[in-house]
Amino acid sequence: MSAVVRVTQLCKQFERVVAVDRVSFEVARGSTAALLGGNGAGKTTTLSILLGLLRPTTGEVSVLGVDMLRERYRVLERINFSSPYVDLPRRLTVRENLGVYGRLYNVKNLRSRIDAVVGELGIGALMPRPYGQLSAGQKTRVTLAKALLNEPELLLLDEPTASLDPDTADYARSLIERYRARTGATILLASHNMSEVERLCDGVIMLRAGRLVDQGTPQELLQRYGRKNMEEVFIDIAREREIGLALDGKEPSS
Amino acid sequence: MTVSERIGASLQRIGALVLRHMYLLRGSWPRVLELMYWPTMQMVLWGFITVFLVNHSSWVAQASGVLISAVLLWDVLFRSQLGVALVFMEEMWSRNLGQLFVSPLRPTELVAALLTMSLIRTVIGVGGAALIAIPLFDYSIFSLGLPLIAFFVNLIIMGWAIGMIVSGIVLRYGLGAESMAWIAIFAVQPVSGVYYPVSILPEWLQWLAHALPSSYVFEGMRAVLFEHSFRVDLLVHAVLLNVVFLAVGISGFLAFFNIARTRGQLLQIGE
Repeated sequence: MSAVVRVTQLCKQFERVVAVDRVSFEVARGSTAALLGGNGAGKTTTLSILLGLLRPTTGEVSVLGVDMLRERYRVLERINFSSPYVDLPRRLTVRENLGVYGRLYNVKNLRSRIDAVVGELGIGALMPRPYGQLSAGQKTRVTLAKALLNEPELLLLDEPTASLDPDTADYARSLIERYRARTGATILLASHNMSEVERLCDGVIMLRAGRLVDQGTPQELLQRYGRKNMEEVFIDIAREREIGLALDGKEPSS
Repeated sequence: MTVSERIGASLQRIGALVLRHMYLLRGSWPRVLELMYWPTMQMVLWGFITVFLVNHSSWVAQASGVLISAVLLWDVLFRSQLGVALVFMEEMWSRNLGQLFVSPLRPTELVAALLTMSLIRTVIGVGGAALIAIPLFDYSIFSLGLPLIAFFVNLIIMGWAIGMIVSGIVLRYGLGAESMAWIAIFAVQPVSGVYYPVSILPEWLQWLAHALPSSYVFEGMRAVLFEHSFRVDLLVHAVLLNVVFLAVGISGFLAFFNIARTRGQLLQIGE
């Protein structure tokens, strides 16, 4: 399978702090990959560089075959993004927000596309309400609707179920699964929820202190670390425990 | 994608951002009122000063509309600059910049949308005050005729240039610098010759005044009102300076944008 995302020797340094240090990975077309790591591991920095919000110090980033550092505008209509930490205009209604963003993404037959996404997410009743007056769960649904408006071939999700109750979180995960099954889209998500990762992801990319320390399928990682679930694997890696595997000073497994 | 399709898509993105801010205005009558409030209050104040000075100043008596015209044209400059900066800061206040810049919107399209919204806001704000002046003081700034268009365009462009620089500074240094939007323009007011001829300034300040497009506009306005002549030489000076101002303003904003992108400030917006 061809890689939709290809990151090569990516580095980002903020003055004396190295946020991302020689990170390389690929995400195959049609797969869902998780970018994992503790706070300050470099997940958001890496996602921001992938989105073009942040310029790397060195390294290369290719998305859908396009060099994101030089030609990102060729491909941005085919990507989308959702994060609970980046709002939509709060005083605009949900309908107005989706209309504005549909136009920004040059969505064809915008009205019918909005109807389809709104139906899929069950947010019809929210359409006349200002975005700023919605609950956290409702906002997540609306930002997901915005992220799906252009039927992106690559969907980047930053903690898609953060601060959601279990029911709403399950709803969001089901939606992501359905979207991928229907469109064959590639999904890259950053998450702290390991059950979410086990459920949704074919691949895991583990970061610690800006460096890629391991990657593989969830099953491979469980086997490698001799653990029952991804949460235990995450803790092992975050706390630098060695479980028959040297994490530092050696090449990460691929 | 053909060139015409690219242009069409670009115009659509600019239109989308303009629409986003028109929704804000449409949904909030206090915002529309605020646009007209300050220009109207200023016009009323200077209108009454004019009523007083017409009987006490031979200079004002020669052209009774000089002060009201000056305050309205000054507000074109002020509102134009403020329009750019406030519309940009609205995106920062609503933490929307991250969403905008992961969309296909180019920074130059953002600039085009900001300038368009600034024009709309200025027309609403100053236009309202100009219309109120007609019944209140029996003076219409539209009596300046076609030169008014030249004055308006030049002041709008100068306001855009300063507004772009202010927006860039706020992007670079965070919302802690937002007061710049309100105060920056007043640095040029004393040397623009808004209410008095530039010739009354000390010579060294006249040099500074002659580096500003606004000084030529206000001199031109007084030429129309006092001499009933349209000074093309003043217009040419203003236009040439505005070309430089606008180029510096837009380049400055884009440079600040690139710094913000390198430093990771497009997602981390705050004070």
